[in-house]
Amino acid sequence: MRVCQRCVSLLLSRPLSAVLQHSTRALHQRSHLTLLQHSTRHTLSQRHSRQTWRHFADHQAASPDVYNMIDLAQKEVVPLNSDVHRIDLDAAVHTSPLQEISEEEAVQIQVPSALPPESSTLRPYVDKSETLSKLVQLGVNLWKLEQRPNVGSMLVRLDFHADVAPRLLFLKDLGVEESKLGQLVTKNPFILTESLDNLEARVSYLKSKKFSKQSVAAMVSKAPYLLNFSVERLDNRLGFFQKQLGLSAEKARDIVTRLPKLLCGSLEPIKENLKVCELEFGFRGNEIQHIVTTVPKVLIANKRKLTQIFDFVHNTMDVPHSLVAKFPQVLNAKFIRIRERHLFLEYLGRAQYQPSQPNYISLDRLVFLPDDVFCSEVALATLEDFERFQKTL
Amino acid sequence: MTSQAVRLFRKMDGLFAVYKPQGVHWKHVRDSIESNLLKALNSCPPPAPQLAVQFQLLSGGENSSSKDVVLSPSMVPTLADHPLVTGPQFHKVHVGVGHRLDAFSSGVLVLGVGKGNGVLEHLCKSHVTRDYTLEGEFGKATDNFTHTGRVIEKTTYDHVTLDKLERVLAMIQGANQKALIMYSQVDLHTQEAYELAVRGLLYPHGKSPPILTGLRCIHFNPPHFTLEVQCVNETQKYLRKLIHEVGLELRTSAVCSGVRRTRDGPFKVENALTRQHWTAGSIIQAIAHFSKATRKIRKSEMYKQTAGQLNSNAQVQEQTRSQTEQINQQHVELSSSTSDTVVDRETPVTLSEGRTKH
Repeated sequence: MRVCQRCVSLLLSRPLSAVLQHSTRALHQRSHLTLLQHSTRHTLSQRHSRQTWRHFADHQAASPDVYNMIDLAQKEVVPLNSDVHRIDLDAAVHTSPLQEISEEEAVQIQVPSALPPESSTLRPYVDKSETLSKLVQLGVNLWKLEQRPNVGSMLVRLDFHADVAPRLLFLKDLGVEESKLGQLVTKNPFILTESLDNLEARVSYLKSKKFSKQSVAAMVSKAPYLLNFSVERLDNRLGFFQKQLGLSAEKARDIVTRLPKLLCGSLEPIKENLKVCELEFGFRGNEIQHIVTTVPKVLIANKRKLTQIFDFVHNTMDVPHSLVAKFPQVLNAKFIRIRERHLFLEYLGRAQYQPSQPNYISLDRLVFLPDDVFCSEVALATLEDFERFQKTL
Repeated sequence: MTSQAVRLFRKMDGLFAVYKPQGVHWKHVRDSIESNLLKALNSCPPPAPQLAVQFQLLSGGENSSSKDVVLSPSMVPTLADHPLVTGPQFHKVHVGVGHRLDAFSSGVLVLGVGKGNGVLEHLCKSHVTRDYTLEGEFGKATDNFTHTGRVIEKTTYDHVTLDKLERVLAMIQGANQKALIMYSQVDLHTQEAYELAVRGLLYPHGKSPPILTGLRCIHFNPPHFTLEVQCVNETQKYLRKLIHEVGLELRTSAVCSGVRRTRDGPFKVENALTRQHWTAGSIIQAIAHFSKATRKIRKSEMYKQTAGQLNSNAQVQEQTRSQTEQINQQHVELSSSTSDTVVDRETPVTLSEGRTKH
């Protein structure tokens, strides 16, 4: 494991708040050495880090390196304190801690921060960092974010007033509810590092495509990564949905508003699913259009599970294509549920899915109703009977 | 001072049974049960955050160099204990699986939580019998012995009658009885061995291949037929192969269209939890229900261990045998009424009895 020893400029000359902005960070085990913003210190730490790694390889001892680094830092950056090295231990000039001092002097003593230079969690930094405490108050799940590599360090390094606040205000202007902001940032912390110009450009692009303000806000809440994608990519996707599916502009907008994940992911699985629907299942063009406008999730569903459900519904339950196209919710349901309920109805002799015949059971009622309502209304049996039947499958 | 979450966690210790649906891998069952238990544990209110003393610098005047600077302490809850920073209270609940069921089979699956996992191991290694219901279909043979596999051959099955099937089953059971006697390492010429055999309390010691202690046909409707099996030390693939061999013996071919476990030791299908009941409340209830059986298993294992230590002591060995026999006897008594016809298969009286039962 690589030991990332970092030179911590121990705060002896600089006030506390500035120190927090630049020098402390949370280190995740897998993250690389990150460098300070100040340019001289940048080169300094690089030099020292290379030295320390070499040092570490030679001597296999961590502690002497730390002292070396700290001393060097003090020497380079704070030349006034170079006397540290040359303290004469026998001199009786130094102040004793029991000496009394005035109130102002006591108050102005700079306390070196007890913050650890690196940590695997954000807990030590939350109370001291304004950004992190404000994020927690907003409802951002810092624990989840610190599991992701490098995100923790990034968050600590953000400045609340310069980086975070303008973007949060931008999202609020867009119409995203305040309660949803926390979830949004938890899912996509990189929205806080995206440049405001890009964000505004993408929002204006969406508005130019005649998405209403509320729909843009809803899309951003549902798909937090949406505004991190470039305008070309969004354009490409929207164009695909309109052309390939042959939908009108309004229907395409409707699908995308309901399932904005379509704009975020890759187009290849969607193309595969469409091919499967057309060739394997044998749906006609207008049936596919109807299915996709009713249940857009079919486009990003797992191909194998979709095939399993359709195979069972069409071949075992003997439901024709037209009925499946009429009730596409059945393709979105869980296979186990469909199977158990169908076998129960078959056992009771009530498996009637043709609308022309009496005692017809529509597919959406089969799938959508909760268990107790299904048992009482559709199967006309008790819940215990259904459970006993489940144990015979 | 224990929190609500810790009290709930301490209740999750023991064994319970779950009905695994067909087509689902046992690992998914275990994972969903674990996530349901964790969900219940983490929904309990977290402990109160610690308070920390913060000194806030309040200056009297506007300029920073004023003389009346006052440091005022105050107790403020630390954000470091906020649940969004610390994460959930529980990250893992140890849920173990007993004798596994492959994805094609369904039925009783024993799971252990917390301290029950130790007992689970003993249950697996002990020679408890398990009840299965096998559904077969004559007419074809596939590569993996199931009706969903690739078909290798197709045959006619008009010549198969219930009588022939029963004869084949009797022959298979005879062979298994011989194996049982051999692996149980008893000398059948002794009186005790004879009594054990009559009561159906023989079981294999040490390592043994799968042995069927009971086998009969419940339902015969060509091409479909259903067998009920009691076995020791088996795998589901062996049982599907059994169906295939039954077909071969009848000069036709057969595939297995369903393997369903109805009993695993003392855990029966009536008390197994279905999918809707895989929640923390029902699981804790089920653990309480099976606590007696769990305690018996633990006790029998303790006896076995002491017997292993004092290997030379024949009396202790007798005691172990009687303990494990008690458990098996309870299985035999408590399991469905089909088992009482299992032991004396040789006599033709019981054959007809078996047939008229359904």
